[in-house]
Amino acid sequence: MRNLNGKKKKYEKQLRKEEALQKKKQKKAKRRKNREYTIVSYFFVLIFVSLIGYMAYFNIWERDAITSSPYNSRQNQAEDRIVRGSILSSDGQALAYTQVDDQGNETRIYPYGNMFAHVVGYEANGRNGLESLANSSLMSTHHEYVDRLKNEILELKNPGDNVVTTLNTRLQEVAYNALGGYNGAVVVMDPKTGAVLASVSKPDFDPNTVEANWDSLVNDSTNSSLLNRATQGAYPPGSIFKIVTALTYLREHGTLDDFSYNCTGSITQEGHTIPCIYGEVHGQVDFTTAFAESCNTAFVQMGLDLGADAIQETAEDLLFNQELPISLDYRKSTIDLKESEGIPFLMQSSIGQGTTLVSPMHMAMIVSAIANGGELMEPYYIDHVENDAGDVVKTTSPSTYKELMSESEAETLKNLMAEVVNSGTGTQLSGESYSAAGKTGSAEYEGSDGSIQTHSWFVGFSNVEDPDLVVAVIAEGAGTGSKVALPIAHEIFNAYYYG
Amino acid sequence: MLNIIVEISKYLILIIMLLYTLESFWVFRYEEDYDQRYVLRNQLLLIIFLDFTAFLVIFLQTEELKVLYIFGTLILYLVIVQALYRVFYKTSSILLLNHMCMLLSVGFIMLARLDPDSGLRQMAIAVAATVLAMVIPVMIRKMYFLKKLTWLYAVVGFLMLLVVLVVGSNVNGAKININIGSFTFQPSEFVKIIFVFFVASRLYKKSATFRDHVITTAVAAAYVLVLVLSRDLGSAVVFFITYVVMLYVATKKPVYLLAGLGSGCGAAVIAYFLFSHVRQRVVAWSDPFSVWETSGYQILQGLFAIGAGGWFGVGLCKGSPELIPFVQQDYMFAAICEELGSLFAICMILVCMSMFLLVVNISLRIKKRFYKLIALGLGTEYAFQVFLTIGGVSKFIPMTGITLPLVSYGGSSVLATIIMLAIIQGLYILREDEDEEFERQKEKI
Repeated sequence: MRNLNGKKKKYEKQLRKEEALQKKKQKKAKRRKNREYTIVSYFFVLIFVSLIGYMAYFNIWERDAITSSPYNSRQNQAEDRIVRGSILSSDGQALAYTQVDDQGNETRIYPYGNMFAHVVGYEANGRNGLESLANSSLMSTHHEYVDRLKNEILELKNPGDNVVTTLNTRLQEVAYNALGGYNGAVVVMDPKTGAVLASVSKPDFDPNTVEANWDSLVNDSTNSSLLNRATQGAYPPGSIFKIVTALTYLREHGTLDDFSYNCTGSITQEGHTIPCIYGEVHGQVDFTTAFAESCNTAFVQMGLDLGADAIQETAEDLLFNQELPISLDYRKSTIDLKESEGIPFLMQSSIGQGTTLVSPMHMAMIVSAIANGGELMEPYYIDHVENDAGDVVKTTSPSTYKELMSESEAETLKNLMAEVVNSGTGTQLSGESYSAAGKTGSAEYEGSDGSIQTHSWFVGFSNVEDPDLVVAVIAEGAGTGSKVALPIAHEIFNAYYYG
Repeated sequence: MLNIIVEISKYLILIIMLLYTLESFWVFRYEEDYDQRYVLRNQLLLIIFLDFTAFLVIFLQTEELKVLYIFGTLILYLVIVQALYRVFYKTSSILLLNHMCMLLSVGFIMLARLDPDSGLRQMAIAVAATVLAMVIPVMIRKMYFLKKLTWLYAVVGFLMLLVVLVVGSNVNGAKININIGSFTFQPSEFVKIIFVFFVASRLYKKSATFRDHVITTAVAAAYVLVLVLSRDLGSAVVFFITYVVMLYVATKKPVYLLAGLGSGCGAAVIAYFLFSHVRQRVVAWSDPFSVWETSGYQILQGLFAIGAGGWFGVGLCKGSPELIPFVQQDYMFAAICEELGSLFAICMILVCMSMFLLVVNISLRIKKRFYKLIALGLGTEYAFQVFLTIGGVSKFIPMTGITLPLVSYGGSSVLATIIMLAIIQGLYILREDEDEEFERQKEKI
């Protein structure tokens, strides 16, 4: 009996096995038969899943950029629920806040008036500056949860989040006052993080009255005081462009040591003559001296030897003609050197004249990269966002934007710029308890009355070994770089180190 | 207080939708008929609960009586349709029916919120369409000659499209509608069905030769061309994809699929260079801010709406979808994202996907090739239309201007989609009949 049972079981087992095998075969055949259906189904499942994936992507990555667009009128609806947050300086001062009176009327107040006008911006007839950039944060609330809910139920407004900027009121004030009556711009940056510490532009306006004076501000095309010259200005770089020419030479030759030139006070090619400034004759110069003394003739000869293409290429590596990582409205710097434009144009361009145009912010970025071992940190204005109680909502962490040059190239340029202060056109900066490096520039342009005038430029940084501050200054039509721009930078450095 | 109700309802609606979506896929796990029926009944309850919550919130905020009318008729409609199908068509697919009810509900909720008047109009059309569609499953079963009307389909469909091209009214540069009296009629919605019948009747015979395929392809190409000339790009693409899929499945030749998709891409490139209105759509897609004043405006307003909603939405009546031009017709999806949230919208996409897979599954199980191809063709049209409209609104692909079936406002679209689903139900019932017959024959043996 047991034997029989065992046999039966064995037989059943085999039967089951065969059955399973057959089922498998059938399934396989069926699958082959329905291959088209499978492919079509997978295809459509794939497109549906990619739709869902895109929705997720949009919500995670794109949403903020889209909703904070100045075209988006939906943002205004938050105005019914939220009192716009404040914009604060890094030292805790209010740069913009909303005042609510007993009747619930709201007024946007800018305590510093004209001083921060361009960078902080305004909120009237559209938005500008940080008011626009940080709009979605200012109009969101992370107010304490229970109270927020209570306010929502009672239909009371909740306080919006505050935006804490990287701007320092002390440095901004010094820069603003130092620029004085000149039109122009000053940018102060921390080269190690990219934080913008001060950003001045003149002529300026009072954001408190921008709405009342709107028509005259918009129609004022001679001053265009609404324009943020720090990021949107377009200036001929003049001698500060020699930084670019020098880097081109370094890249072509691998060293600066093989350079030697005899300056006779001017250089003439194809009937076009370029003199050194003040008619100086520098005599036999090496590279360091040529740069420190800002010897035009040496750099013109250098440019002629290097050629237009090489200089153009280096400039584009330094983000000329490129989009810049600036979160406020800005103008791309432009350069267009062609061999076909001829020798005189190349001579002009080698020393930053010609058609090349830059913004002060871009020059500050190039110098930041030099000061930071070749690495350009992405400039930023917003340090963090916090709720009304000061709890941090989100923080900007400094990030590298791009390596503009190698570390050794940066080191070489740094030494050139340090020599400018030690023995060249920037000696006014020497003798302080801090060290400094930089480059002066005197950019000629044709004034509105047709006479030749000179923009005063200075770009540089302090504490050469381990740079703390980068400063870019331009004073329009003010004269040579060492006369006006350099003393402005000097005041800023002093304010930073001596308080 | 109202704010808090809206806030809570937002999450409640999302949870209901999540449960519904889960059950749409979960139902296949139950082998037992009894369990399946339980889940399907549960889904119906969820739909009614969803409607109740949403309409309550809308009414409390708008205090518009029409909202209540829509709600009343909608509930009545749901109950009656479900009852009729369960009584007369016992073997129909209840999941398909549920999906139809769910998507219609979402559409009516948004219409009641956006414009109750058009909601009521849409309701009248949906009711009429459903009554009409009740007889379709019977017709499918009785009308054996449907597969012999090949050239009648071809000519009628083509003429309808041609009429639009010639006398159609111009809406935003595209000729899509014909005005008859005070009615606006969108023929391409109905031609979609006729087209599938034509293609199926050409391809179902296994004896069809290469020459036959060439002729069929030529007719299909003519349809697409007329649509492109009418600037109805969305329909053109839907017709094209549907044809390629049907041809591939009927012939089982991957080379047709590849050749079809390849020539489709080629045609798209040619259309891009040939027609300025195609270029315009592509520009509005790649950089809408550059054409903010013109063709970029609508798409950006749509994106602002989706962005404003975020994952959870701002709550019914709390957003401003009315800022989007033609929101009820073209941008319903953005309005849903704004007020009900992206998570809700994703669930809706999954429901649409489930609907498509269900139709494919039905097609797979039908034995007669003609019916098989019809089910597949209709399913493909539906799925690709969903993809085009949602993808276009969310700026995943260029906008083609096509409605979201059952959800968007549009009488022709709702009517055609309900007929389409009734045909599929008819085919499903037929399949069940076949099975029964098969079982009987087996027993005899």
